[in-house]
Amino acid sequence: MSVTVRIPTQLRAFTNGASEVEASGKTIGDLVAELGRRHPGITERIVDDTGALRRFVNIYLDEEDVRFLENLDTLVPEGAKVSIIPAVAGG
Amino acid sequence: MTHLDETSALIDRALSRRTASAPEIPDVLDWGNARALACKECGNETPLQPQHVCEFCFGPLEVVYDYDRIAATTSRERIAAGPPTIWRYADLLPAPNVEWVDIGAGWSRLIDAPRLAAELGLKKLWLKFEGTNPTHSFKDRVVTVALTAARAFGFKVAACASTGNLAGAVAAHAAASGMESVVFIPEGLEAGKVAAAAVYGGRLIAVKGSYDDVNRLCAELCGMKDDWAFVNVNVRPYYSEGSKTLGYEIAEQLGWRSPDAVIIPVASGSLLTKVKKGFGELHTVGLLDEAPHTAIHGAQADGCSPVARAFEEGADDFRPVKPDTIAKSLAIGNPADGYYALRDVRATGGTVTRIPEESVAEGMKLLARTEGIFTETAGGVTIATLEKLIREGAVTPDQETVALITGVGLKTIEALGEVGPSHAIAANVEAVDRLLEGTR
Repeated sequence: MSVTVRIPTQLRAFTNGASEVEASGKTIGDLVAELGRRHPGITERIVDDTGALRRFVNIYLDEEDVRFLENLDTLVPEGAKVSIIPAVAGG
Repeated sequence: MTHLDETSALIDRALSRRTASAPEIPDVLDWGNARALACKECGNETPLQPQHVCEFCFGPLEVVYDYDRIAATTSRERIAAGPPTIWRYADLLPAPNVEWVDIGAGWSRLIDAPRLAAELGLKKLWLKFEGTNPTHSFKDRVVTVALTAARAFGFKVAACASTGNLAGAVAAHAAASGMESVVFIPEGLEAGKVAAAAVYGGRLIAVKGSYDDVNRLCAELCGMKDDWAFVNVNVRPYYSEGSKTLGYEIAEQLGWRSPDAVIIPVASGSLLTKVKKGFGELHTVGLLDEAPHTAIHGAQADGCSPVARAFEEGADDFRPVKPDTIAKSLAIGNPADGYYALRDVRATGGTVTRIPEESVAEGMKLLARTEGIFTETAGGVTIATLEKLIREGAVTPDQETVALITGVGLKTIEALGEVGPSHAIAANVEAVDRLLEGTR
């Protein structure tokens, strides 16, 4: 499934400044791995040494935080929008 | 054009302004004793700049200081001679060499509460009442620091995502400093909070969705609006430092010592972690003789209690939730500092405790009835949590305790349900007599 992935400012150094890139994968985890192949170094910023989503990284499938779905195992439907967003505190 | 680009363009049109490039940071800036930003996760340091996330691990950035220099220069006397605002602690804040955006945040009263203490079964209870701040909540503390930093960096627009109190604080400080404000709130906030933010004349934008949705939108917009200072996004390291002044003030007002226990409402968890940091820093720089021994307790309402539930389960981290609570100022289902709040309460022998939704209004009424203080829902959560902690033995009667009452009740009157006159009579003496007869 090829989908659009929104890249946060902090990771655009890996995507030549692009704020959106195309990637394909069956699951969110596959997408992240694919991003790493196309943009070396980016995967390590998103997942930790154990392969889990980093604590301060949120990934949204359309409008939903994947932590409310199946985390990195969440299936990615055709045409979906995926956003990677650093966690921010509130008020 | 993506959906977000459209949203961004829509906002530009609504504001009759176009996104400008990021301001150039003046190279003559001096930040006092603040020396850098450091990642809380990996420790990587970066210069003081408008940035909130570590480039390497995405961990949150915090301001770090030259504590030796502070210890050599600050003193209790120097602080006491300072202004009756949080800026009396400028030695311990990111305090740039520009005019501070200061409308009087801080130095709220620490109120002795003997009647509530007696009702709860405590020997000594203090209330740190934040309703006397310029916009009636503790958020003025964080915003005065955030907008001072924003001004130093050259930003002209102040923005934020807010559950209500922050909205008013940002709008007011922006108005008073000549900055534009663009404030994003979730739809359905209490009317009092909306009015208390709208009155200052900035842009107040209601977003369909929860606070977490608004926060996400702002995090994304922050990457597109280079000339905006989002107080809780790109200038968050400065913003969050304002909260630690609550710890400083409590200690100073107790005669430069820390209490046995503190009860703090938990939304993002930032306030709790910063109060702990505040006590610790005072000891580090020699302003407290003894190391702080305060048990720090977090308070949440059942309808949004991810941190309390993680504490109960013994988990290191929380699972995000969809908030459904009457305490809207605490309705953050994915609290960015929840992990650190859990770590901090455990390190101090405290807890994160949750109370039933129906106890929120009971807590508000108990505080009003015993001490004459009208708090908002977050204060109701704090008081109800304190009652539970005492009942369960987690706070003992001889522990000198401080409860943080972070905002005023006039902003959240809906939470009290039907409230009104207890009687209605005609305007004559006989009617009063009959009423008193009937109630005698």
